[in-house]
Amino acid sequence: MMDSILVLMGAMLRIATPILFGAMGETLIERAGVLNLGIEGTMLLAAFNGFVAAQLTGSLWIGLLAGALTGGLLCLLMGGLSVTLGLNQHVSGLGITLLASGIALFAFRILYGGATTPPALADSFQPLNPFPDTILTPVFEQHWLTYAALVSVPLVTWLLNRTTFGLRLRAVGENPEAADTAGINVYRMRYQALILGGALMGIGGAFLSLAQLGAFAHGIINGRGWVAIAVVIFGNWQPSRVLAGALLFSGVQALQLRLQAAGVALPYELLLALPYVLVIAAIALVGRNISVPAALLKPYRREG
Amino acid sequence: MPPIIEMRGITKRFGALTANDGIDFSIEPGEIHALLGENGAGKSTLMKILYGLYQPDAGEIRINGQPVRLTSPAEAIVSGIGFVSQHFALVPKFTVAENVVLGHEGSRTLHPTAMSTTVMETAASLRLLIDVNAIVGRLSVGEQQRVEILKALYRDCKVLIMDEPTAVLAPGDIAALFDILRVLQGRGMSVIIITHKLDEVFAISQRVTVLRLGKVVGEVRTQDSTPAALAQMMVGRQTVTVARNTDHRRQDAVKLDVRDLRLTDKRGGLRLRGLSLEVRGGEIVGVAGVAGNGQSELVSVLTGMAAPDSGSVTVGGAPLPFRDPKAVSRLKVARIPEDRLKGVIGDLSVQDNLMLESVEDFTRMGHLDRARIRANAEALIRAFQIKAAPTDLARTLSGGNIQKIILARSLGHAPEVVIAAQPTRGLDIGATEYVHQKLLEQKERGAAILLISEDLEEILLLSDRILVIYEGRIAGTFAAQDAQIDQIGALMTGAHPHA
Repeated sequence: MMDSILVLMGAMLRIATPILFGAMGETLIERAGVLNLGIEGTMLLAAFNGFVAAQLTGSLWIGLLAGALTGGLLCLLMGGLSVTLGLNQHVSGLGITLLASGIALFAFRILYGGATTPPALADSFQPLNPFPDTILTPVFEQHWLTYAALVSVPLVTWLLNRTTFGLRLRAVGENPEAADTAGINVYRMRYQALILGGALMGIGGAFLSLAQLGAFAHGIINGRGWVAIAVVIFGNWQPSRVLAGALLFSGVQALQLRLQAAGVALPYELLLALPYVLVIAAIALVGRNISVPAALLKPYRREG
Repeated sequence: MPPIIEMRGITKRFGALTANDGIDFSIEPGEIHALLGENGAGKSTLMKILYGLYQPDAGEIRINGQPVRLTSPAEAIVSGIGFVSQHFALVPKFTVAENVVLGHEGSRTLHPTAMSTTVMETAASLRLLIDVNAIVGRLSVGEQQRVEILKALYRDCKVLIMDEPTAVLAPGDIAALFDILRVLQGRGMSVIIITHKLDEVFAISQRVTVLRLGKVVGEVRTQDSTPAALAQMMVGRQTVTVARNTDHRRQDAVKLDVRDLRLTDKRGGLRLRGLSLEVRGGEIVGVAGVAGNGQSELVSVLTGMAAPDSGSVTVGGAPLPFRDPKAVSRLKVARIPEDRLKGVIGDLSVQDNLMLESVEDFTRMGHLDRARIRANAEALIRAFQIKAAPTDLARTLSGGNIQKIILARSLGHAPEVVIAAQPTRGLDIGATEYVHQKLLEQKERGAAILLISEDLEEILLLSDRILVIYEGRIAGTFAAQDAQIDQIGALMTGAHPHA
């Protein structure tokens, strides 16, 4: 019994990793006033570019860097559309998801043809095992990126609440006019949030292709970007609560995988849907006292 | 001493409109300078140029004799200029201290305790009473204004620009604001106060510059001038007639009778707590009060937009159905809405807006009767002197002309009761005058008029009886002839009149 709980916890942390990177990135970007629906495509293209870069150079670190860069660049594009041009954020974000997914799949076709088995890395990131041969092994035998994802939560909290950068970022997301009259460059702040958040999303995508799977497949992101957005709303835009949301989703996901494997007498479609149903229910329940950034979705234009 | 700020030949155009036309303006150290003019005279534009929000098309700005180019608020702040806009530039979710230091944090990491202490010290040194750890969104308007002033002072401002600072304040808060400004002046700071209220010019300023249609029409020492002289400069007419209600004798039957209204809002807050009032035909009843004491809710009920929890309203003896605007207009209740931009549809033409409340009168077998719509519009445009063609889109009109459309639509068909909510908010003197005249005409006709306004002067000018609304009920009633402004002011803020 104890064993299976520990195994479940290990699986939860593993599943939570890419969602957590995505959600922390999205939190930063949304707190600055931009809803980035480009996250799903951004994570996919980052996973792909990271994989290709690692394969070409033989270096996983360069692969990871390529993933982060891809995320930052796509969010830079998001900024061009939604911050500089002031276009509708929903449309810009969905456009970027479609574009990035299209590029990833097209480039995949060119590089790997119609391969039916996903191309894999000869050598991917290997999990750390700080407590070998103990009862804790299944929990702590994780990729270093999983630990990094967990560490990113207090880091983002600190950045938002305890630094000048964070104060300005939040000001820009709450009342850009006030920030502007206080002498803060609203556009630059939003771009900085986008690039930093985009890099985090990119790392989340690359985690899947470079560490967890060590391979690239079309469905590698499979809605994790959307889940990250839901988790940000669930967490009321506060990193620690976003972490709770990510763990809740991943915990249920891990559980339903176990139940499927154990051959529970329920249709597997029902089990598959379980984590998503849970997230929707949870958002409906906690949605009452949400404190959405007041300027979210609003492009900033100085009047006159 | 040389002027601390000198603006020379400032010109600013927005498309075809010249908002500022070769304006010269200067500020001496340690003076309070009033910038007076009607809406649209170019006061705010000039000050936004000084604060780096707009770039002038021509002209030059000198600070302490040195020519400067101010291309952003950040540069203006560094030059010692502070700006308190009418719409406060505050982040509601931040604390007072966070709002104050924003943009001037001084280090890369934040130290909340040290931050509070510094801000508290700045506030104390200027005798500004404020809790620096309070969340700004929970403060009153007067307190938020103090945060804005504190923000400017924290940035070491030498010249503080205040854009119509009293527009949002209750009478008691205005006195407190003026005290603060005098303290600042005592410290050698200069203050520019943008206003269109003459009494304020004389209450606080030493010098006044008057703008009209984008040009300077005069610059005088306040003590050398008179309200009449300044008013004349401001509107550019020889005589300024003030429409005023002087005949309070009329006693017709009660036309609007409101009994014991109670209303709870969606969040469970009690907005109306047993409000009763009556208005007779030929009477103007003014409802004075600070915004948010139930005025909007009262108007919503009376215009058929909301239903109260309990209570009744009768119009000429007939009960007024709730939440049925159509029935309300059938009872000949006319409404002048609080937000005039919600009273018209900007993308519809003037003629369509003019028939909007009685569409069925302009249809034949389900089709719009264009000829009659046009005829109706032409008649009303003439009668109400609307400066527009029937086919112009409403959103292209000025505020004054939009208000005329609303007046024409609501008053054009001989109403029994008029609900006028903030009918002149944001209008200039000419347009305000016009609205007042129209309301007085309706009184003459014998309509019952309920005037809800935050502008106490307007209430005093027009009302036969004055009611003070506070926390959802009527806190006091005054006959026009013995209304005392200090008593009304006290009731507006919840004080007991005879305590």
